[in-house]
Amino acid sequence: MATTKHMSPIDTGYFSDERAAAFDVVGTPAPRSDARGHVTGQTQYFEDVAYPGMAHLKMHRSARHHALVKGVDTSAAETTPGVLRVITHRDVPNNWYTILRLIGVQPDDEPVLAEDRVLYLGEPIVAVVAETEAIAREAAAKVRVDYEDLPAVLDVEEALKPETIVVNPKHGHNYFTYEGHHCRRIRFGDVERGFAEAPHRFTHTYQSAPIEHAPVEPTGCVVKPEADVRLKIHSDTQACYFTLDNTALILGVPFNRLRVIGGTVGGGFGGKVDVMVEPIACIAAQLTNRPVKYVYERAEEMQVSSPRAAERITIDDGVTDDGRIIARKVTILVDAGAYSRHSPYGTTKAAAHMPGPYTIPNVWVDAHCVYTNRTPSSAMRGFGVTIADFALESQMDRIARALDIDPIVIRLRNAYRDGDMKAHRKEVEGAALVEVMQKAADLVGHDLPADCRAMSSTHREAR
Amino acid sequence: MRSQVINLTVNGTERELLAKPGTTLLGALRDGLGLTAAKRGCAQGGCGACTVVVNGAAVPSCLIPVEVADGATVETLEGMASGQHLTPLQQAFVDGFATQCGFCTSGMLMSASALLAENPAPTRDEVAVAISGNVCRCTGYAAIIDAILDAADRTRAVGSAAAD
Repeated sequence: MATTKHMSPIDTGYFSDERAAAFDVVGTPAPRSDARGHVTGQTQYFEDVAYPGMAHLKMHRSARHHALVKGVDTSAAETTPGVLRVITHRDVPNNWYTILRLIGVQPDDEPVLAEDRVLYLGEPIVAVVAETEAIAREAAAKVRVDYEDLPAVLDVEEALKPETIVVNPKHGHNYFTYEGHHCRRIRFGDVERGFAEAPHRFTHTYQSAPIEHAPVEPTGCVVKPEADVRLKIHSDTQACYFTLDNTALILGVPFNRLRVIGGTVGGGFGGKVDVMVEPIACIAAQLTNRPVKYVYERAEEMQVSSPRAAERITIDDGVTDDGRIIARKVTILVDAGAYSRHSPYGTTKAAAHMPGPYTIPNVWVDAHCVYTNRTPSSAMRGFGVTIADFALESQMDRIARALDIDPIVIRLRNAYRDGDMKAHRKEVEGAALVEVMQKAADLVGHDLPADCRAMSSTHREAR
Repeated sequence: MRSQVINLTVNGTERELLAKPGTTLLGALRDGLGLTAAKRGCAQGGCGACTVVVNGAAVPSCLIPVEVADGATVETLEGMASGQHLTPLQQAFVDGFATQCGFCTSGMLMSASALLAENPAPTRDEVAVAISGNVCRCTGYAAIIDAILDAADRTRAVGSAAAD
């Protein structure tokens, strides 16, 4: 397969007319196209849409971290005046979220509405559709669920012990399987030989907490049945086509039966990618033939919307006297929570990222995507690499301090250069890391020794 | 309990509406009058997205039972521009890139407008205090504060030019 550097130059003939244009936008401020709408209040967010006869959906959620559902009594909810419909998993045509099927990751492991078990606190069980939000809220609270408690697994290391109860039966164990392996692995060079040659060894563990996106606009949608039997979905999704495809698969209808109106998002940060509200709101609209609004309360946004995963990262480095890392062994435990969502993908990103922007000849990474009875975690701004960077750069500072080396100098000595092979077998191109650090040092008036000043990303100096 | 007739002067126009018990000022504006610039972010007074100006004071409209506002003068973002003409405050937000997702913008502008009406030359700290009840999760606070200070300068410049 041809790589970028062997490709012929890009043919720009097609754009020859445009080349005559001024192309003077870069470097000059251009007003945001949406700013005028924002400052006049005319921007239309999904909740600014209202239809006559609009009904409201509220969810009855799991009160347990981990339990079997022995029975669900919806009678009190059904007889509450103003309730239009009570929806359980039996009303969902294909009761699996398919978000990852769309990018080729399997298995589907999360029901739209819980069936015989709940795997996290706040998991949706029964939806109530009513004339007003207040009635829907009141009736949802009247649903009675008979639980048989199971042990809750709330720690990633506990989850991986062989004797620990299996959280998600679709996986059969508490980790995601990567091409037959129990974790995502990186093997590059010979890490044990590197350790044997290294005079210094630094082993530290870094732990992050889950982080909630907390958009000011809650996750939600308004669904309107149209005269042509299509469903019109006003959504604040960050991913209109994820919403369209996932909802169609759950409803079991052709994609052209849905019309998604989106693109205006009141803060997302990755938290509005998972398609958690549209499918059930569409089912409610179909069953009642009414426009339906389903929007998270602030408490739901905080409790059940997927956070950035908590990660536990142990970095074990073998280092020379002058601060060069010659062996790095990393174990990453990503807390996916009860279901996959985007965590198997995020875990792969973390594994690939672990050498950091440094050239290390011997690298060994085991990155585990671990299931626990916590809120499912998913996408958030650079997920997979953000917490990895916190760990990596904390580790660099610790090594620099221990060896009494300037923290910029130690990074320059390890910095990757164009043409280096990274641990996950991608050749470095267009790095510019050395030049950026040199410039940053200049800007803060930080003196660099002559050998660091002479470094370049495009050619490696003789040592 | 029965619904009540509520009278409000909204953006200079007298409005009358029938409010069920439990209706908030935010609900009355959005659902009753179709004025959706004020946003529902948390419905518990924590985010400021629903901020409107009632009798000159910036308040979270999600916490005010509409009966309490009966007879009040209410200003929302819909009433800020005159026709297509933006106020210096709105223009400063556009020029200063003080909007990102836009969801907090309405509340920010209403808090800022109440501040500038009372204090035409605020300090940076006074601006920060005035918007301390408004959450911007895109974290654009610096640009927002800059824009409010810029608006104060623009308004004073217009005022002194008019006085010449």
